[in-house]
Formats: sequence, C-alpha cells, structure tokens
Amino acid sequence: MSAVAAGPATGTSTSWKGLLVQPIAILVVLAGFAVWLATADLTPTERTTLNPADILALTGQHLVLTLESTVLVLVIGIPLGILLTRGPLRRASVYVLAVANFGQAAPAVGLIVLLAAWLGLNSWSAVVALVLYAILPVLRNTMIGIQSVDSRLVEAGRGMGMSAFSVLMKVELPLAVPVMLSGIRTALVLLVGTASLATFVGAGGLGLLITTGVNLFLPKVLVSGALLVALLALSIDWLGRVVETVARPKGLR
Amino acid sequence: MSSTDSATTTAPTGDVTGRSILLDEVTKRYPGQTKPAVDGITLEIPAGKIVMLVGPSGCGKTTTLKMINRLIEPTEGRIVVGDDDVTGIDADELRRRMGYVIQAGGLFPHMTVAANIAIVPKMLGWSKDKIAARVDELLDLVSLDPDTYRDRFPRELSGGQQQRVGVARALAADPPVLLMDEPFGAVDPITRQRLQDELLRIQEELHKTIVIVSHDFDEAVKLGDWIVIFTEGAHIVQYDTPERILAEPANEFVENFIGSGAGLKQLTLNRVRDVELAPAVTCSPGEEAKAVLQRMNEAGGHGHAVVVDRRQRPIGWPTRRQLERLDRIPEGIEPDLPVVGEAATLNDALDTMLVSSAGAALVTGRGEAFRGVITVETVMEAITRSRTAAAEDQAYTPVGTNTNPIETMPSAPVIATSGEDL
Repeated sequence: MSAVAAGPATGTSTSWKGLLVQPIAILVVLAGFAVWLATADLTPTERTTLNPADILALTGQHLVLTLESTVLVLVIGIPLGILLTRGPLRRASVYVLAVANFGQAAPAVGLIVLLAAWLGLNSWSAVVALVLYAILPVLRNTMIGIQSVDSRLVEAGRGMGMSAFSVLMKVELPLAVPVMLSGIRTALVLLVGTASLATFVGAGGLGLLITTGVNLFLPKVLVSGALLVALLALSIDWLGRVVETVARPKGLR
Repeated sequence: MSSTDSATTTAPTGDVTGRSILLDEVTKRYPGQTKPAVDGITLEIPAGKIVMLVGPSGCGKTTTLKMINRLIEPTEGRIVVGDDDVTGIDADELRRRMGYVIQAGGLFPHMTVAANIAIVPKMLGWSKDKIAARVDELLDLVSLDPDTYRDRFPRELSGGQQQRVGVARALAADPPVLLMDEPFGAVDPITRQRLQDELLRIQEELHKTIVIVSHDFDEAVKLGDWIVIFTEGAHIVQYDTPERILAEPANEFVENFIGSGAGLKQLTLNRVRDVELAPAVTCSPGEEAKAVLQRMNEAGGHGHAVVVDRRQRPIGWPTRRQLERLDRIPEGIEPDLPVVGEAATLNDALDTMLVSSAGAALVTGRGEAFRGVITVETVMEAITRSRTAAAEDQAYTPVGTNTNPIETMPSAPVIATSGEDL
C-alpha cells in the first residue's frame, strides 16, 4: 500500500489573496470619500445633509434594517428549505418555490409600497418586504445544498444505524454548508442594496441620502448615498466570503 | 498473480463470531407494481460464512440484502438474526448491530478516517480512549498504518484505501453480521483482487456472517462459501457451494450466468497445497554435475534438476542437457524462475506456467523453501477430480426457496454477467 501523496488543498491560498484585495479596495475608497467630504466645497444644505454624525446614524439604521430582515430570512428560509427536502413535504416544494420566485420577481419598490399600504408606514413593512424579496436564494440554496448530497452517503448513514435526524445534522447539513452559505451571502447583498428603498416608507437608511439628492437636486448628496450603499454591500459581501471560507467543512475542496 | 502471502498459511483459529440469518417467506411489493420485487423468499444464511447474492441487474438481490437490515422494510415475512426475530424491533437499533458496506466505501467526506470509523461506537456511547484504540486496531486489521491514515480525509485516499476504511467502519462495533452491497465494484481489477484477498484474510480471523451482493460471478466463486443465484423477483435458481454450482449448474440460466470456462473457474477453488506435487532432484551450487546427473538417473530419469541455496530456496532449474555440458553447478540466481507459493490458486499456478512456457512450476512453502514441482498434468487432473467430487458431495445445504417457485425458466435468459441494462 504505497501512500497516495495528497498535499493540502492548493486552491485556498489564491482565494485568501482574493479575500484581501476587496477590503483594501473598500478602505481606500472610503478614505477617499472622507478626505473629499472634509475638503470639498459644499453648499450649506449639502453640508447639513452630509454631516458625519447623520451619515453614521443613517448607516446604522440601514444596517439594523438589513440585520433584522436577514435574521428573519434565515429563521424562515433555512428550516423551510430543510423541511421541503423531507419525505412527503418534497411535493410542496414546487409551490413554495413559486411563491418565493414571485417575491423576487416582483419589483422591490412596488412590494415595499404595497406592504406599506397594508401594514402602515413603518420599518416593519419595509422589513417584511425585504424578507419576501431576499428569501428565495436562502430557501433555494438550502434545498439544493441538501439535495446535492450524494444519496449513497445518506444511505450509508442510515445503514449504520444513524437516525434520519442525525443523518441530517451530521451528514446532510455539513455537506450542504458551502451551497447554503453562498445563498445567504447573495441574500445579504440583495438586502443591503434593497434596504435603500426603505426610505420610501419612512424607514430611513442610506436611501434617504439618495432620495434627498434626487428631490432637492443635490448630485453630490445623491452620489455620496449611492457610494456608501455600494461600499456597505461590498463589505457585507466580503464578510460573507470570509465566513464561507472559514465555515467550509475541512475535507471538502 | 504470484503468491502474495505464503507466510499466513496457519489454520484458522478464531471462533465463529457471526450469527445466522433467516429470511422467512419475505416479500417486498412496491406500490403500483404488479410483480413483487422480492417474491416470498425463504433463505437461510449460516453463521460465520460468506454468502454471495448474485444475479442480473434488477433481479432483487440488493432489495433482499437491504431487507436484512431493514433499509427496505419487507411487506410480508419475518427476519430472524440468531434466535431473535428482528422484524419488529427499532430499525436504527438493528442496524447498529450490523456492519454495512456500500460501493466505494461511502465515507463521509467531511470527516477524517478516524471520525468515520468512530461513528457507530460513538452512537453506542463508548469512551474516547476505547474508540481511539479501536480505530487503530481496525486500521491495522485492514492494513492501513494508523499513524499515517488516522487523520486523513477520504479525498486524500485512493479508491482501494477508501474501501478498506469502509470495511473498517462497518466492523467498528464488532457486529456479528456484515452486509456488503457491490463492495468492490468501483475499483480497478488489480485493487479489487487485493481487496478480495484481504477480505478473505479478515474473515479467516473474525468468522463473521457476511452477505455480499455482486454481479460478478467470478467474485462470487472466489469469495463465497455459498452462492445464491437469483433471477427476476429474487427467485432462487440455485443455492449451493461454488464447487457444486460449477460442477452441476441447476439449469440453462445458471449455465449462462456462469459463462464460458466453468472448468477454468474451478481452478480458483483449488490451492496448490491441495494437490500432489511431483518430487525433484535438488542440488546446491558448487556440486559436481556428474553426481547430480547420476542422482537424476537413480530417481527415475527426471528432465530437470532444481538448484537450491542454503535455505532451500530455488535459484536455478537446469535441464539434463544443460547439466551434461557443465562441470560444476554454477553460483548465481537464474532470473524469471516459474515459482508459485503453496497458497496460490491453481489458476495462478497455470498462469505462471504459461508465462514461463515451462509446462511446470516450482512450488515453495514456508520461508520460500522448495517443496516440489507442479505440472500442467497435475492441474488438469485436479479439475477432473474436483468436478466429480463436487457432484458426489451431497452434504448439508442451507434452505433457499420461494413460496411461488417459477415452474419454467424464462424462454431466452441471455444474461451478460456485467450487464447494466434492464
């Protein structure tokens, strides 16, 4: 039995390099923005709208909105995705996916405004709309992740006397983690971007800068808002990538 | 193809740890299908033996296997392991008491080799130390060095090594019964042969009850103490020892399934040590050729003499004519001597003879010491003899029937042994 020389996975070092480039780029752009903000020749209205304390507060609002809807998306999407791969419920998956597809296909602005008409002008209607909008990638990737686990491994687990639940927890979910995480990252990026629309129902967030910029014709404010949302989305995307790299089960390439 | 482990020829000493299995009128019907997948099978699997389930694809052999550990629940009938009726007990509980091996091992890719092997012991609540010791013991058993392989992940192993770990995992909690579903289907022929030898060696130590599903009749002949040949609906066509199936196939279906060359397949059933070897005149390097020739004449006109070294290992095989030209027996080792070990099968021996085109081969025993000469004639005699012996030998046969036996054979059952159709 000559040993098969199997070195450590070589693909990881390059992906780590890729992971470094993104935050550096984000920081550079952010620093540039800060310098511009401090030195630029701004009108008093612009200066009031773009004062650092307000920007921070809006960013905080934006993040809270994103976080709330993310938690809801995960709490609903993952268990639902798991349930839809179990036994008889498998047949229901077509319908649930259709609803989720509808949620994503519907224009986000329309969804938010419609829900606000129903639930009132507050941050909750924004959160509900965001959840509907972003649940599809989490739901679908959870299902695909579990379904793509080799059925022979499930059989091997059952054949050894593992219960269906323990096969799910110890075999199916760990092996589905990479696919699930990439769905979650997609949902997060979607949420950060779409949370800008929450401002239409008075839920605040960085979208306020954009709408203010449009309404009062302040291009500098508009661009600042858009830039900050983009940077936030990229940061979240980067965080997601880091988690994906770290949480990927050892032994999988 | 040469003798690999001539040193391990000691008689098996371990006690039978396996338990018998009885399928009692077991039927499996799938909803929406008129014909049952398994039709009222009654099958007795003796303790401590290897029983091979073979048949064409779709004949119900895998379903039959999976009903033993109730991965597939039988529609009707009883399953008895040892003295316990296990038809009604908790299926997970039952499966922890049976090893289960699937094609390519079925190892969990996100767990190390050690973690894979430890799954069942962990479920049974063994202590950490006990599990660690057991993992090392099992890796040793399947000929993998524990220190090298314990912490590797499955993708860092070759197919054969993965399969070995799969067997180790199935044996982890020392179950009396081992079920294997086409265990060696996914590896190359040379690795497969090695894994088969390994399984036989392990079985010689452990004496488990092993049930193996295979579509390869040659594998069944090599591994099985008993072979069950199935046709559609898990109808048993013949349940017998490999010897008797080869000597007396029950009908045309079995003949077709055996394929051509049943006589040659019998060669794999006999080992060199089972046949009578021809004696030969031996000599040592440095001896006078004349003296050797004289001894050859006295012994009755042998054509060859065998040169052995101080430890009786054969190093040369000169003919009479070569000796007549020589003054003294030369030193040095002749390359490519046709040598087989006592544990080799007659098939291996014949192979060696054909390769060397000598029509005979030198047989070595313990410590590679020279034992005698095996000739083509000896091999041919052995075939004839074992054929007649198998036909006469009517000892114990385990029960294997169906409640609705098929009266006539399907008209043209042309079955390819490796056919994946149907």
